[in-house]
Amino acid sequence: MLSLTNVHRDVPTRSGRFQILKGVSFEAKVGEVTALLGPNGAGKTTTLSIAQGIDKASSGTVRLLGANPYRAGAGLRSQVGVMLQEGGLPMAVTGERLLHHLTRLYQAPADIEALMDRLQIHEFKNRQIRRLSGGQRQRLGMAAALVGRPRVVFLDEPSAGLDPASRLIVFELIEELKASGVCIILTTHLLEDAQRLADHVVLIREGLVEAAGSVEELTATELRPPLTFRTSRSLTEEQRADFPAHLTLLQGSSSAKFGVWRVTGVQGPADLHAVTGWWLRHDLMPTDMGLSGKSLEDVFWELTTHDKA
Amino acid sequence: MTRLDLTPVEAPHSSSLLSKVIAQGRYETRITMTNGEQLLVSIILPLLALTGLFVTGLFDTADGPSTIDIATPGVLALSVLSSGLTGQGIATGFDRRYGVLQYLATTPLGPIGLLMGKVLAVLMVQVTQVVVLGGAAVLMGWSPHLAGLGIAALFIVLGAMAFTGLGLFIAGTVRPEATLALTNLLWVILGAVGGVVFPVADFAGSVVIEFLPSAALGNGLRSALIDGSFDATAFVILTLWGIILSVGTIRWFKWR
Repeated sequence: MLSLTNVHRDVPTRSGRFQILKGVSFEAKVGEVTALLGPNGAGKTTTLSIAQGIDKASSGTVRLLGANPYRAGAGLRSQVGVMLQEGGLPMAVTGERLLHHLTRLYQAPADIEALMDRLQIHEFKNRQIRRLSGGQRQRLGMAAALVGRPRVVFLDEPSAGLDPASRLIVFELIEELKASGVCIILTTHLLEDAQRLADHVVLIREGLVEAAGSVEELTATELRPPLTFRTSRSLTEEQRADFPAHLTLLQGSSSAKFGVWRVTGVQGPADLHAVTGWWLRHDLMPTDMGLSGKSLEDVFWELTTHDKA
Repeated sequence: MTRLDLTPVEAPHSSSLLSKVIAQGRYETRITMTNGEQLLVSIILPLLALTGLFVTGLFDTADGPSTIDIATPGVLALSVLSSGLTGQGIATGFDRRYGVLQYLATTPLGPIGLLMGKVLAVLMVQVTQVVVLGGAAVLMGWSPHLAGLGIAALFIVLGAMAFTGLGLFIAGTVRPEATLALTNLLWVILGAVGGVVFPVADFAGSVVIEFLPSAALGNGLRSALIDGSFDATAFVILTLWGIILSVGTIRWFKWR
C-alpha cells in the first residue's frame, strides 16, 4: 500500500542545506495501523507530507498504491484520505456544507449523515468552522478524511485535543477502518494511543528511523524490565554522577512527572544491590519503586534520550 | 439511523472534471456571497466608482457618448478585476496559509479543478455584478448597444479567466500578506491607469498599457457596449493573458 525507501528531504538554508530526512524507509500494509512516533522536529510530518504527495522527496522512492504520489492524478487521490495536523479546514463554512461539498468530488462517497452520526458532528454541523472547538475540528477533519471511503488514510495527531469520550469514538472508528481493510498511517505524541492502536510502529528521530516493528517486538528487545522509582525531590548532579556506571538512569516519562526515574540494564540481584547501595550512600528513600513490563513509552524514552542521558 | 459503510472503494472513483468544477464553483460562490468583505470589493466599490463617474460627468462631450455609456463598460471591467484578482487572490492566499489548499491538494479536485472552479465562481458572482451594476447604470441613463451584449459576455468570461489566473498565481507563489498588498496595489494601479475604467487613449498615450489584460478587457467591453463592435486586438491580447496566467498558475502554484 505505502512504501518509502531511503527517502531524503533537504531544504536550503542561509548556511547551506538542512537535511530534514536522512534516509527514511518503512512500509505500511493493508488492514494495519502504522504509527509514526518521534519527538518534535523529528521529521514525522515531513515524512507524512512526502507520503501523501504534498512534498517531493529530494531522493529515494515513494510508492502509494503502486504510484508516485507527488503530483498524482485525481484517480489516486480519490483513494486516499488525509487529516492534517492543523486541520486545513476552511473557516467561513459550516461543517455540514464542507462535507456535502466534498462528497461531490467522489463517485461513491460515504454516507454523510451516518458519518456525522458516528463522529457526533450533528450537534455542531450548522456552526461555522471558525467557531468550533479544537476537538470538534478534529472530529470534522477526520470525517473529511473519510468522505471518499479511502483505501489509505493518513491521520496526523488524530486524538490531539479530544476529550475522553471523543477519543473513544475516534479509536473505535480507527479499529473499524482497520477491520475493513483500510491502511492507516498515523502520527501521535501520545504513546499510549500508539500502544493501543498500532500494529506497526516506526520511531523517527532526527530524520532517521531509529527503530521499527510491532509493539511486541519493540518492547521485547530487553530481557529484563526496567526498574522504576520515585523520589520526593530532584537528584543533584553529584548524585547522578555517582550512579553505577554500568546501568542507565533516565529521568521522567512522557507525562513529565517530577521525581520519576527509570533504570535500564538491570540484569539481576547484583544490579539491584548496586542501586540500593547508591540510595544508601546518598540517603535517598524512594517513595515508590517497582519492576514493570517494558512499555512503548520506555522504548521511546530510551531511544530518544540515549545521547542526552 | 443509516449504517456507516467505510469499506474502501477499490478502484479510482473521482468525479468527472466537469462535476468537480461545477461543485467547486457553487461552493466558492456561496462563500463569496456570504462574505461582507468580498461583497464590498466585488459590488460596493465598483458601484461607488460608477456613481462617482456619473455625478462628475467626466467623459461628457457635446457629440460623443455620455459619461455613463463610457463608464459602465469600464466599471463592469473593474468588477471582473475585483472579483478575480482581489477577491479570489486574497481568499486563496489565506486559504493557503491556513492549510485549506494543502488539504484540497490531497482530494481529487486538483489544481485544474480548483482554478476552473474559482473561475466559475467569479463568473457566477459576475452575473450578480452585471445585474446590480447594469441595473444601477440603466437608472442613470445607460443605453448599451444591444448587438454587443454577446461580445461583452465573451470578454467578461475571458477577463474572469485572466484575472482569476493572476489572483491565483500571486496567491500561490507569495506569502498571504504579500498577496494582500500586491493584489490591492495592482487593483488600484490597473483600475486607475491600466485602461480599465478610463480609456487609454484619453491620457498618457502609452502603447504598453494597451497590451495589459486590464486595458484589453476595458477596450473590448467599451467597443462591444458603446459601438456594438468586436475589438479583435483586445480579444487576442486578453486570450493570450488568460492562457499564460492559467498555465503559469497550474505550473507554479504552491499548495502550501
